[in-house]
Amino acid sequence: MINYLIRRLLYALPLLMAVNVLTFVLFFVVNSPDDMARMQLGQKRVTEQAIANWKHQHGYDLPLLFNSDEQGAKQLTTTIFYQKSVNLFLFDFGISDSGRNIGADIQQRMWPSLALALPSLIVGLLVNISLALFMVLFRNSYLELGGSVLLVMLMSISSLFYIIGGQFLIGKLLKWVPISGYDSGWSAIKFLMLPVMISVVAGIGSGVRWYRSLFLEEVEKDYVRTARAKGLSETQVLFKHVLQNAMIPILTGVVVVLPLLFMGSLIMESFFSIPGLGSYTIDAINRQDFAIVRSMVFLGSVLYIAGLLLTDISYTLVDPRVRLS
Amino acid sequence: MLVLWTDALIYLLVLASLGLVWYLSRQQTMRRPLTKLLSSPVAMATLTLLLCFGLIGLLDSIHFKNTESNGNEAISVLDRACDAMRSHGEKTYSEPFAAYLYSKETITQPDGSTRWDYPRLKHGGADLQNPDTDLMADVITKASLGVVKVVLVLGLLIWLLTKANRRLLWQPPSAKAVWLVLSLVITLTYSLWLLSNDYHVFGTDKVGEDVFYQALKSIRTGLVIGCLTTLVMLPLAIVFGIMAGFFKVWIDDLIQFIYTTLNSIPSVLLIAASILMVQVYMTNHAEDFNNLLVRADMRLLFLCLILGVTSWTGLCRMLRAETLKLREMEYVQAAQALGVKPAMILYRHILPNVMHIVLISVVLDFSSLVLAEAVLSYINIGVDPTTHSWGNMINGARLEMAREPVVWWSLAAAFVFMFSLVLAANLFADSVRDAFDPRREGF
Repeated sequence: MINYLIRRLLYALPLLMAVNVLTFVLFFVVNSPDDMARMQLGQKRVTEQAIANWKHQHGYDLPLLFNSDEQGAKQLTTTIFYQKSVNLFLFDFGISDSGRNIGADIQQRMWPSLALALPSLIVGLLVNISLALFMVLFRNSYLELGGSVLLVMLMSISSLFYIIGGQFLIGKLLKWVPISGYDSGWSAIKFLMLPVMISVVAGIGSGVRWYRSLFLEEVEKDYVRTARAKGLSETQVLFKHVLQNAMIPILTGVVVVLPLLFMGSLIMESFFSIPGLGSYTIDAINRQDFAIVRSMVFLGSVLYIAGLLLTDISYTLVDPRVRLS
Repeated sequence: MLVLWTDALIYLLVLASLGLVWYLSRQQTMRRPLTKLLSSPVAMATLTLLLCFGLIGLLDSIHFKNTESNGNEAISVLDRACDAMRSHGEKTYSEPFAAYLYSKETITQPDGSTRWDYPRLKHGGADLQNPDTDLMADVITKASLGVVKVVLVLGLLIWLLTKANRRLLWQPPSAKAVWLVLSLVITLTYSLWLLSNDYHVFGTDKVGEDVFYQALKSIRTGLVIGCLTTLVMLPLAIVFGIMAGFFKVWIDDLIQFIYTTLNSIPSVLLIAASILMVQVYMTNHAEDFNNLLVRADMRLLFLCLILGVTSWTGLCRMLRAETLKLREMEYVQAAQALGVKPAMILYRHILPNVMHIVLISVVLDFSSLVLAEAVLSYINIGVDPTTHSWGNMINGARLEMAREPVVWWSLAAAFVFMFSLVLAANLFADSVRDAFDPRREGF
């Protein structure tokens, strides 16, 4: 087990390095720091001095990969690649283009993101699985036919309409909860109710279809026939046997997204002005703050790779058939 | 005639899909699923609707230089057809089928005095003497006139056919659905088009542009994103996926490494980063993109490229898994034993057998790409703000929900168009999957 884990960890390392190099190429080679300075300073005729100042301020005035002015190891360390990209491995995100400490911002903002994403995931999972089981229970009936047509329709509506519609109906017409905003501590609940509800409803279409196909695949298997032959009722078969066996793909599917919950959801957070990492990223994109976008790209991939590792581990825990080879 | 980059690629895409249809219809193995698809009313009805959307998008992709304004503005065939809608601009918002503006302003009356009231629209219901009483009747007359015209023409066409031909038209199992959808679409489009000469069918937006016109123009953007992305993604996915599965060893490791790396970056962030870089590039090379149209077109193309690069990994993984299975099949091993070259085996034996996966995933991806466009435009990393797109329409209108009375028509128009396109695509994708996926025989 330990050996296996170490091997997986070692496999994750080159992946992270590749992501790192990719972001470096994207942010510093495709467009030189000069171009970024010109973009940030805004005007077409910027003086060379202004560009040099901006670059110096943000630490972009170094050579990209190799500094021939320095001696020894410093030839490699006083470069943009080392200072901006390698430091990401130590979770040292540096200073954003507007002068704030990105690491501190991230630590502060990931909790509201989690407060929104975790309940959305759990409630969504419960709703989707129960609806899917319900549909499988009534399979080959008009109820299922109507249900699947409804699901396709729900799936065809853009998530933006769910959000706008939900805000308008519940926030503005019925005035049950505030339209948007956030508060610290437990008083955040009244702000979180609407976004959680909307993301659950928006996910029903594709979610229920996915779980339904999982269950349908399982229902055809031999052990289900045996259970029925044993004289178990259809409900018992579904809830006891099918659900338990279908739990393996469901669980592993959930585990992979768990770390990514910290990243939050971009549009949800910006529509409901929740100060999480999603709205942080959107703000950075709109302000064209390259340092933040770069850090978020790296953080996102770290979390995704962590999710893959967790999936591997959970497979070995849940499914005894998986051998650690 | 003026060919933009995306136009050229659209023509290429049309040719490619015609070629694909020809190729599939010649393949013996594809006969059965194709007949299954052809006999499904849902599949054929949705395909008809999709083709209607495609026709509008295609009309909007044939550009030529505008001779009236001697600038370098390009207009499409669709613009020509919608001349009335295009030129009938108002001052600001107006409701669908309204004769008055949304906001009050000072009106100078003939006798010189001024009054604070809703002014009449310049074009919407302009030829009515007394809009308050006549508007409804006028709209109904004009709409029914359109319907009657279409029914007459269609009736005439059917009457001209011989009895044998008529039976032939009705005979296929899905014919009724196709004709129903087709006549509905024609009637609706023609009546709305007729009405749009005198009214704003979906109202006008903040700067007074006709919303129906915007929605029609957005069809092209949606289709371009849905289709051109596929064109970018397919070669990558097919070549890499098949090669990884077939050659194993280091090629497999390398390709797996590439797609795991790309996959591990959250796609929205990768798209955002790439679009930011494109923006930087464009501002620094402004002289290459001085034309507004070219600029918007290039950005659309870049967006397709980036979406393609971020979305090929899923299909690649599926193709790799399938090829791994196929290469152990007897017929592939027989071919290897007979000394057939690997390239030939891939082309002759592997490719036709993974075709169904490619086909299914292409139609499945289409709808999610159309939906993704709206979300990306909302985050400002989608199409150019000057391009007509449903995402931009939603983005412009969402803040107006707070107004009193609510400005709902832009959203409604975007919703209706997007929903019908995406629903048709989803239903069609389901039918394609049922027909082509061998595992779904029993369903």
